[in-house]
Amino acid sequence: MTHLGAIGLNTFREAVRDRVLYNLVFFALLMMGAAVLVGQISIGIEEIVIVSLGLSAISFIGLLMAVFIGVGLVSKEMDKRTIYALLAKPVRRWEFLLGKFTGLVFTLAVNTLAMSAGLFLALVYVKHTLERPDAAVLIAIYFILLKLAIVVALALLFSCSTTSLLSILYCAGFYVAGSFVQQMRGLRSDLAGPVAAAIMRWLSYLLPNFENFNVTGLAAHGERIPGALILQNTLYAGLYCAVVLAAAAAIFSRRNFK
Amino acid sequence: MLVNNGSMAGPAIEIDKLTKEYPYGFLHLKKKTSLEGLSMQVETGEVFGFLGPNGAGKSTTIKLLMNLIFPTSGSARLLGKPTTDVEMHRDIGYLPEQPYFYDYLTAAEVLDYFAKFYDLSDADRKERVARMLKRVGLETAGKIQLRKYSKGMLQRVGLAQAILHDPKLVILDEPMSGLDPVGRREVRDIILELKNAGKTILFSTHILPDAEMLCDRVGVIVGGKLQGIGAPGEIVGIQAHQMEILFTLAELEQSKWPLLAAATRTGDRYRLQVAEQDVYPALEQLRNAGGKILFVAQVKPSLEEYFMHLVAADRAQAAAVEVSGK
Repeated sequence: MTHLGAIGLNTFREAVRDRVLYNLVFFALLMMGAAVLVGQISIGIEEIVIVSLGLSAISFIGLLMAVFIGVGLVSKEMDKRTIYALLAKPVRRWEFLLGKFTGLVFTLAVNTLAMSAGLFLALVYVKHTLERPDAAVLIAIYFILLKLAIVVALALLFSCSTTSLLSILYCAGFYVAGSFVQQMRGLRSDLAGPVAAAIMRWLSYLLPNFENFNVTGLAAHGERIPGALILQNTLYAGLYCAVVLAAAAAIFSRRNFK
Repeated sequence: MLVNNGSMAGPAIEIDKLTKEYPYGFLHLKKKTSLEGLSMQVETGEVFGFLGPNGAGKSTTIKLLMNLIFPTSGSARLLGKPTTDVEMHRDIGYLPEQPYFYDYLTAAEVLDYFAKFYDLSDADRKERVARMLKRVGLETAGKIQLRKYSKGMLQRVGLAQAILHDPKLVILDEPMSGLDPVGRREVRDIILELKNAGKTILFSTHILPDAEMLCDRVGVIVGGKLQGIGAPGEIVGIQAHQMEILFTLAELEQSKWPLLAAATRTGDRYRLQVAEQDVYPALEQLRNAGGKILFVAQVKPSLEEYFMHLVAADRAQAAAVEVSGK
């Protein structure tokens, strides 16, 4: 645990010192601008606009960070050869990977929490109050974080086995495909052919189902998010990350550092 | 026999027929051999120099020992344990070639980070980091981010992180690289201090005078194969011996002694190399010519000459293979 903590903390420190968290300034400006503008151009739907815009921005910024930093977590260490000195210590390769994963997820959590605070401030500005249904926004943010954890795990898996550019492309491909899992499952065999439909169905179960994590609509309308969905998404994200990280560790443990 | 660090003496490093091939080509069907059947031992408490030109297989061997790459065949043991034993790394210090560390950290932070992997207490970590920074001459630069460090300063940080945890075995890949004469002297002093403390040191280098000065034994690797191993004086002793005569001779007498044409002149002194069996006739001639003999000594080829001889032989062999291949 000490090793994971040390590597994770160093990953967070790298993000902070490399000024990754400066994206928060952009988000703050976006929220301030939206809060001022939304009151002037919309009547009665200020909350929906602010929540939709805020959650989309949190998701998009988080996604960019998860993919680009996630892919660089391993490749940067190898390119700069910083990994040589580290793996010469009594550190197992899976500990290195898990530490990096923990550190970036922690960084994303801090970033997401800071953005969430900005979103709630904008909400207070337009509504002048916070109500119980607004808790759905918090759950939507939690789901975004779970989704980002899966993306980080995928980024680590790809970067352990291929180049940075391809890893970014694979991550983007998985994210887009994972956002259309229901459509893939529902593909009609009379339209696509039985083989294509079967392949799509199988693929849809292998791909991460990001659709289940998107509750922006419910949160924007202040609707209740079922507890079963929270439990299901938490377990799903945990299991998916564990399987992907185990695969990444298996590949990484055989990697030669030339 | 017990050595200073209290462990039983025996080989600190045992390498048995270690081979590393890298596949290349579109389908990875071709193979390039970086290391071929390397077998050798480094005894506990000795300073061992691993010599070879660039691309000879020195770093490949060291990376295999550090489990950073995996052998195609063969095996190695460090301190009696297989290289795959991660816990064994508690007793090993490693300086990579051209080390590079997290440039957003200061030297003190990098050392503190690495110290965390040895389960040291906060106070112990702090004390060791300060001591190491002082030992490598970075006590005043310890709070500057590494992105502002020169290559030589990074080399010092690398050395500090390698010996931070008081390891029994220290493996240094080109420790003198990038250092000025003062830095090289300091590294030499640290290596000698480690030796006096009973540590085993393996270091690779192509700076031969350093190896000659520091090493109990050296191994010379060329073209992925070990070409020679032994004490620096012993290893070069296989070459044919010559004798050197240092003398002065009056200008007018030069014509009386034909061998003088082969001598080199520095100031008013002449230096002449002759085969061992020719030394007495040459001295006799020199005496008859009125020369004054200052010094006669056996010439042993330097490690550098031996090294260059091996490299030239390897290149000639590679060229011959290429020609016959055509």
